[in-house]
Amino acid sequence: MNTHSRQPRLMQGNEAVAEAAIAAGVKFYAGYPISPSSEIAEICAEKLPLVGGTCVQMEDEISGIAACLGASLTGEKAMTATSGPGFSLMQENIGYGVMAEIPCVVVNVQRGGPSIGLPTSPAQGDVMQARWGTHGDHPVITLCPSSVLEAYSLTIKAVNFSEKYRNPVILLLDEVVGHMREKVELPEEGTLEIVRRKLPECDPEDYQPFKADDDGVPPMAPLGSGYRYHITGLYHDETGFPSSRPQVVEDLIRRLHRKIEDAKQEICLTKEYRTDDCEILVVSYGISNRSAYRAVKDAREQGIKAGLLTLHTLWPFPEEALKEAASHASKVIVAELNLGQMKQEVERILAGQVRVEGLNKVNGEIFTPNEILAGLGGTI
Amino acid sequence: MKPELRQYFRLNRLPHIWCPGCGNGIVVGALVRAIHDQGLNQDEVVIVSGIGCSSRASGYLDFNTVHTVHGRALAFATGIKLANPKLTVFVLMGDGDAAAIGGNHLIHAARRNIDLKAIVFNNSIYGMTGGQVSPLTPQGKRATTAPYGVVANAFDLTELAKGAGATFVARGTAYHVVQLTDLLKQGIRHKGFSLVEAVTQCPVAYGRQNKPADPDKMLRWQKENAVNIRNRHKYSQEELEGKFLTGVLCKKDATEFTEGYQHLRDLLDSHE
Repeated sequence: MNTHSRQPRLMQGNEAVAEAAIAAGVKFYAGYPISPSSEIAEICAEKLPLVGGTCVQMEDEISGIAACLGASLTGEKAMTATSGPGFSLMQENIGYGVMAEIPCVVVNVQRGGPSIGLPTSPAQGDVMQARWGTHGDHPVITLCPSSVLEAYSLTIKAVNFSEKYRNPVILLLDEVVGHMREKVELPEEGTLEIVRRKLPECDPEDYQPFKADDDGVPPMAPLGSGYRYHITGLYHDETGFPSSRPQVVEDLIRRLHRKIEDAKQEICLTKEYRTDDCEILVVSYGISNRSAYRAVKDAREQGIKAGLLTLHTLWPFPEEALKEAASHASKVIVAELNLGQMKQEVERILAGQVRVEGLNKVNGEIFTPNEILAGLGGTI
Repeated sequence: MKPELRQYFRLNRLPHIWCPGCGNGIVVGALVRAIHDQGLNQDEVVIVSGIGCSSRASGYLDFNTVHTVHGRALAFATGIKLANPKLTVFVLMGDGDAAAIGGNHLIHAARRNIDLKAIVFNNSIYGMTGGQVSPLTPQGKRATTAPYGVVANAFDLTELAKGAGATFVARGTAYHVVQLTDLLKQGIRHKGFSLVEAVTQCPVAYGRQNKPADPDKMLRWQKENAVNIRNRHKYSQEELEGKFLTGVLCKKDATEFTEGYQHLRDLLDSHE
């Protein structure tokens, strides 16, 4: 059976992630089982060896991401998946991936936290950990689907961005998006845009492994390709060797940030619904976005000028899209399953121009549309 | 240095960071001679290392070199080897790196029998951070974090690796450098997980706290206390007290992990 026909399929969010990763060229999965992400590992274990790929269950999440980074260094596209506790364990190596510029996708199917929390209930409490989880000042890309189809399309984007920008990309699902099943019509095979990392074109003796092109991204030679070079998580110069010279240190960290910052136009993905003239703007993402959409639709039917900005990219934050969508609004409501992690970011960007309110739910359940409609002043 | 060995070093990265009298250079010398003697292609060799004094060796060696994070070198190496089994992958670790923070990865790399050449530079101390206690610091010895002597037992890493399923386990010393080179060569030829523990001296961080802080005397200690496993029968249990065995401590055949995984792919192919 052609798995990429336009024939509608009933598909689970986690399944969409695994299938999209393979469609995007991921050949390597290493991870450790954890609810509510384990289906991704199970599907990869079944399907990757069929396409010449590899799936290995490691001894913990630390080694899961480490093995992915190692595989990626040989030229393979690699992915790991986890949930909150495992995501915490992966943080040090996410930083290594940033510093050594190793493409890799890290899926976090969020559950209630902190600690063991609510293993099989949804939450959106890892938004700031996705941004700041690893130590040190670092750039990050985080995408967040709110449907099964978006889980598919954003997984492909995540793989592409990680390859193009040589940075780990975090894909934040939540338990409901990961586990729910929806009818999807996947794009035809061959219509997908698939990106591969840049390879060096120079001779091995001229290769400066961390000398960036104009886009801020250095070409990446696979281990074993004849380009022998050194990779380290220490601050390093363009040759790849360690250096603590102040100028080298500053140049590197600023370039790592700049390569993502300069690409915000491409990376920052949003969707707007009736934001052109909205007086109350709802900002939402992930599963909360689904309830918010219905609430805004119902509010409009009641004559309330509401609009919805859906964040598909959480980091770097889509500042321009927010400013545009909020340009006529007198109030912005950020609906999220945490105690206001993204609300703070929205407040920071709108800086006193508009009143920003949080609509927060932290009991292990998702929003009902009416809860958000009530926040919009609608009649239930 | 013999001229034929110069090609394996990044000479412009030298001098190295190691203290005078350190044994790390002796172990690296043995490794390079073993690689040369086995005729490995430099482009197809990967040196993965963790964090610590000995792990800085990767920067000085002209191969594909990956200086990773503390304790996880074997996990990075597992991904490298699985994704490209044609590569010969060495994993350089210190005793703290391999036995404390990375102990779990050592157990599971051994269990999988993945063809990684693990080399543990055992100087019985955390050198880079200034002499803290390691799981291989002998009981009663001093460290900056054990100023009254180490209370806990040290463990024998070779026994751990054997128990976990490593198919080649050996121990050598910086003093017995010919033997060490030979053990490393055997590890290279072995198909499966190999662990070579190289007992080495750290006069600065270990020696100063435990005396003698003299590399010459510390090397002599290695000479006097190493018992080649071939001569074990000549010693009574009491005579072996305080000494350690060297040589090939375990060698057996078992399915190597990347070959096993390829076999799985082939089976699935043939059923399609």
